[in-house]
Amino acid sequence: MSSATADRRRADPARARERMLVMLALPALLLLGVIFIWPLLRLLSMSVADGTLDQFEKAALDDLYVMVLYESMEIAVLVTVICLALAYPVAAWLAQAGRTGFILGMFFLLLPFWTSILVRTYAWMVLLGRNGVINRTLRDWGWIEFPLPLLHNLTGVLIGIVHVMLPYMVIPIYAALLRIDPDLRRAAEGLGAPAWRAFLRVTLPLSLPGVFAGCALVFVITLGFFITPALLGGGQVMMIAMLIEQQVREFLDWNFAAALATVLLAATLVIYAALAKLTGGQGHGAR
Amino acid sequence: MDLTVRGVVRRFGAVTALAGVDLTVAEGELLTILGPSGSGKTTLLKVVAGFEIPDEGTVHLGTADVTMAPPRSRDVGMVFQNYALFPHLTVAQNVAFPLEMRRLPKPERTQRVAEALALVELTDYGHRLPRQLSGGQQQRVALARAIVFKPRLLLLDEPFGALDRKLRESMQLEVRRLQRRLRLTTLFITHDQEEALILSDRIAVMSAALIEQVGTPAEVYARPATRFVADFVGESNLLDGIATEGHGAEVSGLGRVQAGASTGAPGARATLLLRPEALRVGAEAAALPNRASARILETVFLGLSVKLRLQVEGGPEMLARLPLRPSAPLPVTEGEVVPLGFATEDVHVIRHG
Repeated sequence: MSSATADRRRADPARARERMLVMLALPALLLLGVIFIWPLLRLLSMSVADGTLDQFEKAALDDLYVMVLYESMEIAVLVTVICLALAYPVAAWLAQAGRTGFILGMFFLLLPFWTSILVRTYAWMVLLGRNGVINRTLRDWGWIEFPLPLLHNLTGVLIGIVHVMLPYMVIPIYAALLRIDPDLRRAAEGLGAPAWRAFLRVTLPLSLPGVFAGCALVFVITLGFFITPALLGGGQVMMIAMLIEQQVREFLDWNFAAALATVLLAATLVIYAALAKLTGGQGHGAR
Repeated sequence: MDLTVRGVVRRFGAVTALAGVDLTVAEGELLTILGPSGSGKTTLLKVVAGFEIPDEGTVHLGTADVTMAPPRSRDVGMVFQNYALFPHLTVAQNVAFPLEMRRLPKPERTQRVAEALALVELTDYGHRLPRQLSGGQQQRVALARAIVFKPRLLLLDEPFGALDRKLRESMQLEVRRLQRRLRLTTLFITHDQEEALILSDRIAVMSAALIEQVGTPAEVYARPATRFVADFVGESNLLDGIATEGHGAEVSGLGRVQAGASTGAPGARATLLLRPEALRVGAEAAALPNRASARILETVFLGLSVKLRLQVEGGPEMLARLPLRPSAPLPVTEGEVVPLGFATEDVHVIRHG
């Protein structure tokens, strides 16, 4: 009898399919394990290489490091909020745009993806500098007397990062909006809702899974940003990834760098888990 | 409240979806728009609901011209084809939605929701989410949501299409009872002629952007105005012939067929309709004025009746439907040649063939 059950299980097409999918995913999993997970674990283990938690104590007690972590979080929150405010209208427009509008919108949205982040960052330096395109134009028009401080400060860093992160916010929200049955909007309007109330009561809540996904992506990626704050911040803005790099490159303090990396990873995972939980509570299928 | 649609035209580019539609639905009446897909019935519904603005013509609810009014100010309850329940709101919140939008005070809202849910027999389901309900229950929620604010007009857009046959029949009767009890002026859209015959006070048959005929189910069935209506509603034998003197027509293969009414000017083309149940077969046929002889090509047993496909010798193929009693054997067998007959009053003349 047990062998009959086993036969049936082996013949079950759903199980066979599942086994095949696992097999197909295996090469990628192995590759990730060797070139990503293993080195990561090695690095993390270096933070406790001397058998104590001294490195973490140093990170927690020194005001400088706490400040940098705090500032990184602050920047990540600001970028997330700005991206959300800019991205939602764009996503909403894309979701109802015709074919041409959609292709055009997506092209401009994805254009940054096809450009090196370094090139984009230098482009912003050209635009934002004291004698950059923006300041010169504004002065030529007589709108300002002295150049605006746009570069080598928080403003410059925020502009640069928001530019890079915007597509990560637009696309999940766009996808969520697209999944909402257009009849729901019609139903809301037919039942007496003005457009803004239909949006607040129906469209917005149903798009929340996309909003949370976008926020999680933007926040988590921003937290580990390096090149953009390093170049646009001009030494005035320090994010945790820059601090880690400094520890390795300048002080060759691998153990402390590993401890900071662990803190960054832990913070990321905690925030991600919190957002995932929030999203889970909101995860309604649109249909 | 009564609905009046006058001269409504709606074009989409080169396509004309509505080519001058006139329609009146009396207060408390259930009128069905029956037509195949692409006939313009959905566009007409959208024009009435306010989701489409007509290029020409007007829509009145009572005496108010609502042609240009946005959907939210029309006070029209609508049940969508896929119900369009808000998936993130509970059943009670869904039903309360139109009341919330009208800023009704909370206690009254709660009471009206409870009444509406009781009306559709879902009293204990208020706290559930739509996806936790069966198709029939979702449909009843959609109905409750559409009537809870006492709309001036109820619109039903093919609401029974997604239900299985048994459930569909019980829902149809339930909707009919509710509509009569509340005296709701109702416009019902369907492509299912059987459904239209069961539910309607009157039926408007649409084809190619125009209304072909408006009438009671019995009128539309027995006296279709056009060939399209005859063909679309019920099963039919359509005979093309040439009109002769004295309410007759010469049909090839059948000879002179005697109709119950004038067939038009002699020599003109005439189209005659014979419903399958009007045909008599065997001994019964002998006494009837219109007679022929036909071979039985096929018999289809349907429980209550048997459907026959007949080949008139030297003439058209025809459909007949004979009533059956459970104890009686089939009165005919395939391949047999039988006498065929029908009464003059059962021959309907289609004027605008």
